[in-house]
Amino acid sequence: MPFIPHTETDVAEMLAAIGAPSIDSLFGEIPAELRCKGLSQVPERVSEMEIARLMHGRAAQDGTLLNFCGAGAYEHHVPAAVWEIATRGEFYSAYTPYQAEASQGTLQLLYEYQSMMCALTGMEVSNASLYDGASALAEALLMAVRANSANNGGKVLMPQAVHPYYREVVASITDAQGIQPQPIGYDPVSGATSLEQLRAHEGQGITAVVIQQPNFFGVLEDVDAITDWAQANGALVVAVVNPVSLGLLQPPGLWGAKGVDIVCGEGQPLGAPLSSGGPYFGFLTARQVFVRQMPGRIVGRTVDLDGKPGYTLTLQAREQHIRRSKATSNICTNQGLLVTAATIHMSLLGPEGLESTAVHSMANTQALVEALTAIPGVSAAFDGERFHEAVIRLPQAASQVLAGLAERGIFGGFDLSQHYPALGSALLVCATETRTAEDIARYAAALREILSAH
Amino acid sequence: MAHASNTAPVATALPSPLNPAEPLIFEVSRAGRSASAQRPIGLPEIRLSAKFRRQVAPGLPQVSELQAVRHFTRLSKLNFSIDTHFYPLGSCTMKYNPRACNTLAMLPQFLGRHPLAPETNSQGFLACMYELQEMLKDVTGMAGVSLTPMAGAQGEFAGVAMIRAYHRARNDLARTEILVPDAAHGTNPATATMLGMTVREIPTDAEGDVDLEKLAAVVGPQTAGIMLTNPSTLGVFERNIAKIAKLVHEAGGLLYYDGANLNAILGEVRPGDMGFDVIHMNLHKTFSTPHGGGGPGAGAVGVSQRLLPFMPIPVVGKAGESNYRWLDEKDLPQTIGRLSAFMGNAGVLLRAYVYARLLGREGMHRVAEFATLNANYLQARLRDLGFDLAYPKRKATHEFIVTLKRQKQEIDLTATDIAKRLLDYGYHAPTVYFPLLVPECLLIEPTETEDKETLDAFVAALCAIWEEAKRDIAFVKGAPYQMPVRRLDDVRAARQLDIRYVAATGVSAR
Repeated sequence: MPFIPHTETDVAEMLAAIGAPSIDSLFGEIPAELRCKGLSQVPERVSEMEIARLMHGRAAQDGTLLNFCGAGAYEHHVPAAVWEIATRGEFYSAYTPYQAEASQGTLQLLYEYQSMMCALTGMEVSNASLYDGASALAEALLMAVRANSANNGGKVLMPQAVHPYYREVVASITDAQGIQPQPIGYDPVSGATSLEQLRAHEGQGITAVVIQQPNFFGVLEDVDAITDWAQANGALVVAVVNPVSLGLLQPPGLWGAKGVDIVCGEGQPLGAPLSSGGPYFGFLTARQVFVRQMPGRIVGRTVDLDGKPGYTLTLQAREQHIRRSKATSNICTNQGLLVTAATIHMSLLGPEGLESTAVHSMANTQALVEALTAIPGVSAAFDGERFHEAVIRLPQAASQVLAGLAERGIFGGFDLSQHYPALGSALLVCATETRTAEDIARYAAALREILSAH
Repeated sequence: MAHASNTAPVATALPSPLNPAEPLIFEVSRAGRSASAQRPIGLPEIRLSAKFRRQVAPGLPQVSELQAVRHFTRLSKLNFSIDTHFYPLGSCTMKYNPRACNTLAMLPQFLGRHPLAPETNSQGFLACMYELQEMLKDVTGMAGVSLTPMAGAQGEFAGVAMIRAYHRARNDLARTEILVPDAAHGTNPATATMLGMTVREIPTDAEGDVDLEKLAAVVGPQTAGIMLTNPSTLGVFERNIAKIAKLVHEAGGLLYYDGANLNAILGEVRPGDMGFDVIHMNLHKTFSTPHGGGGPGAGAVGVSQRLLPFMPIPVVGKAGESNYRWLDEKDLPQTIGRLSAFMGNAGVLLRAYVYARLLGREGMHRVAEFATLNANYLQARLRDLGFDLAYPKRKATHEFIVTLKRQKQEIDLTATDIAKRLLDYGYHAPTVYFPLLVPECLLIEPTETEDKETLDAFVAALCAIWEEAKRDIAFVKGAPYQMPVRRLDDVRAARQLDIRYVAATGVSAR
């Protein structure tokens, strides 16, 4: 019996101690007519050897494409030590640190994580993680409504240059809670959010303004101007950032004259493999004054009975298990193991490593854009400064081009035609530090071949 | 004194007794030190306007690879975990996480697959997801499954959102009330609030069942639905479930099943057969994916026929005989939408898939059988040794509740005291002070993967602690003694808030 240690003798002794004639009799309180008559879709069990063969086969069937797609999930080098340590049973098979004295490893690590995220984003407080970047943005906006007592009507200025899936998730999660996102367009030349369209909402009771830096197109926004404008209009600024970019780019805590109010984003670039979209983790940092409005776990440093430093979950009066229907969020389990990996990852990279990763990714993407736009009919869609992604216009339908590239073992980027029809046939491409000059040349050669075939 | 040997802090492993606190990684950081093998060689030139460029490097640690490896390995050793300790944390199903599930979910092609990769290069992955959906449908008796919610609480959100969408689609807009038993997990009322619903609590009767009369009095045209855990958080099976389903359905409401306790009934009775319209499963509980120190979880949802159109996207569907494809808003135009940027915690779902295949059809209901056997055995042993059960007339399910009300009155022994002293004995504490209905409660869930010897040793530890308390309650109240720290000052943690390291050298960015 897989994973069940009982011998026949054990079962007999245990039933005798209970005073029950059979295991089945222990289910006697379940009405007989409700009992399950048997399963039909669950196959007979397989051995570890057989499931290994099956999984290796399926993994091999999918293979590995040479990846030039980002769009919210980025392929970065993950140091070998990261998952070696994160999958130690002591981290992997522990739970939420409810018993602090027996969970000091996880708790101290979370305190270190919170410190690192504050340092990276330039903010004062951090929680211990949310599910992913998209749901973190939804939580950040709900937090903004609680935090902005002057303008709590839920009107949110949401640039179209924010990741389209993030905008969809915000809609799904906040629909019933009065958040009303107002779309703000982008400048068709630079690809940056239109300040003019923002200004059209001047003085209209804005709860929050969202800024994604770099934006979904990879273009750098004029974050100082937007932050100052938003705060002058009584809105909180919610920044959505890529944590790797912060090795190189100005942290949101220093945007504009006063810095932003809430920062969130996708933690995946910090040590999580692409892994089909998850598990990743969302991060959330903020100004100190908003700490009681934050969702999720927070770890604090304190002392024990002997005055020795130790760590514990704190400010739990915000949370569902205490506050129930008045909690800041329903979140309970979050993404602890991914935070463990990210904390180890950031420690191994340090400030220099993170900057190096950011600079190499930016340089590689620049080289990719140059190689691709050298092909007749291919052009860069925007002239704004960018980080490590770019929008490329194609002379043929993006879907066909992507299919052709996939046949050649290349994942050529994200097809923007569904979410941004105004861009025509366009791809969002990315080359992180993991791509080489040969990789880029291979992409360019394949694209040239596909386009010249027609 | 009998406990003299226990009163001095003992170095169980780490850190050393001469330097008891593990330093923060920031405290071993030195400017100019780095793990340079971890990053690309050289630094290419880039063009970036000064206004975008960071002026002060972030205050991340600057350590060698060995320093980082040693620090985090040492931290790991300060944790209790399933792999190292019996962890009978009620309502959390801390069962063994088979290593094969991790190894096979971390095959390089699975780790390297981009979430937006073309379907043509994803058939192996999609096949696993499709088959997992089918197995979960079967074992829960539901008509459809979406795997996308990233934790139990997000599954709950999806479930109540579907109930809301269902009523709205029928233009039945007055249904704004969600009924929740007073014993429910805190996530239930918190979730209902996130969906703009009003929460109404239903009391529990003396034997742990929902109070049917009180329920009948409050259901009506304003009822959107009821959220139930069955077995309930009281560790007993809700015997009136069929009557509850009838009452709520006749009033036009829907039934939501909180799958936190699915381990108790896996393959024995199915939520769909009990009359539930929508359920979430905690795959990190029932399907043994790791708890990871607080996640990642996976909160797949199952729905009855009438809620199929509202499932969160994406869902895996079939395209022809042997191909699979993503279903999105084009296929499910009434969907409640997307809950994560991509498809949720895919890697967790792969682990659940491997686990389900290793269990197979027979293994599914053995989970419930042996989880129930272990809980009833523990319950019987503790009862026979004089502990009070919260619901002595009831059979245990996969968990049960001991109340220390009497011990508290007689010798001031509380649930916290037992919990903390158990740590010294090498056992993680049961869930304490939940459910809120039972005073001084220990909610104990042994799971099916524990052997009888471990359960017997745990019983012996509980009895020994009770004896200790009778002799010297102050000693027990001082526990734990063997952990890296003693009881922590939670009040100070909240009042003198210290939630990030601010270096004396101004390493922080602000």
